[in-house]
Amino acid sequence: MFSNSYIFKYSAIMVILVAAILAGAALLLQPAQERNVKVEKIQDMLNSAHIESTTDNAEQLYEKYVVREIVIDENGEEVSVYKGGKFEKGDVRAFNIDLKSQLKVKQDAAQGKTKEKAVFPLFEVDFEGDTLYIIPLQGNGLWGPIWGNITLKRDMSTVEGVSFGHKGETPGLGAEIALPQFENSFLDKKVFDDKGEFQSISVVKGGVANSSIDPAHGVDAISGGTITSMGVNNMLKNNLSNYITYIKNHKK
Amino acid sequence: MKDTKIKEPLFSAKNRKLLTAPLNKDNPITVQVLGICSALAVTAKLEPAIVMAVSVTVVVAFSNLVVSLLRNTIPPRIRIIVQLVVIAALVIVVDQILKAYVYNVSKQLSVFVGLIITNCIVMGRLEAFAMSHKPWESFLDGIGNGLGYGLILVVVAVFRELFGSGTLFGYHIIPQSFYDAGYANNGFFILPPMALILVGLIIWFQRSKNADLVDKS
Repeated sequence: MFSNSYIFKYSAIMVILVAAILAGAALLLQPAQERNVKVEKIQDMLNSAHIESTTDNAEQLYEKYVVREIVIDENGEEVSVYKGGKFEKGDVRAFNIDLKSQLKVKQDAAQGKTKEKAVFPLFEVDFEGDTLYIIPLQGNGLWGPIWGNITLKRDMSTVEGVSFGHKGETPGLGAEIALPQFENSFLDKKVFDDKGEFQSISVVKGGVANSSIDPAHGVDAISGGTITSMGVNNMLKNNLSNYITYIKNHKK
Repeated sequence: MKDTKIKEPLFSAKNRKLLTAPLNKDNPITVQVLGICSALAVTAKLEPAIVMAVSVTVVVAFSNLVVSLLRNTIPPRIRIIVQLVVIAALVIVVDQILKAYVYNVSKQLSVFVGLIITNCIVMGRLEAFAMSHKPWESFLDGIGNGLGYGLILVVVAVFRELFGSGTLFGYHIIPQSFYDAGYANNGFFILPPMALILVGLIIWFQRSKNADLVDKS
């Protein structure tokens, strides 16, 4: 009762109609969605610097407290500086850098696959007279990506705070990295030792107290979340190492 | 005589039954045993469970409505494809709206909104009901089944959030004095197996009240 040509016409019209509806919906809702992603990124950053924010005031607080957005290259040189709504140098905002793809570029460049140079974002915060530096982090956990921000104090070594996030680590085990108990264990740890050598902050299985690692450069891993803890450990080392030269040159 | 056909009232007894039967005797989860996987995944907290329930209700109701309107034009040979296209389009629209207006909840629901497309409740209702009934009845049937699904989700989520995290909607319900006296949240409630156990308990409870749901054999 339905001919083949009817079936073809029916499906063609249906597909075009549905495509039009979906494209329309996507276009209409895109601004709101992009804003959500941006606000989330800002809130993660402000959390690591212990600045309280809500989804409504995050953008204002960001403009108020983040005084300089710096982009550095692998040699620790400032490629781009964005301050007070305009560029002092270069033309890339640190906020718009996709860290994940930059880490990929760095990896590819190390293997000689690309000639591109990776660049890394750094945010300078002026919070009530105190200078802080926010460094975004990106790495891998057990089941998927993990990410976060680490905020360093004026000396660019002592940790003011961290915030971690994850895509889907095991609840109750690996997912604990995003809980305050774990994040607070990073407070006042040091990324550089007294001689100014880079130490990163190790996440130690079995506890820092039972290991040879200086308590100033280590935190306890999560029981039952070993691979996620190692992921945090590697993420810190891998991301922070990109800033060593810059920090050595700019340390106050 | 002109118009001999008596128009059926919008909420006749028959139509009301379409709405209420899925809440109990014809419940999609506990009786038809459809859509279990998403029921396990999104019920650790009450808020995502409610958003999921609303999303599924909207999708079932409107896909039922659309398919019922089209039912006489859909060639039987490609009817499953047509149904899937209708469902998929609605789910994508719902997903986009959630991402735009309740971003945090949409992150918690993650892939499960997309998986409404494969939720057996939706396809099941389209095949079993919308293809052979009028639009308004189909719409009500969709709402009813969505609510029946949502009811179980909410009941499970209340238990899981209350005992697993001591909160409801993120607000602390269990007083601090309980914790001081040695009470601890039961982490097992957060894990998916507990949802399965709770659904099992609900089915047991429902069948003990409703003898005609029990298999004769």
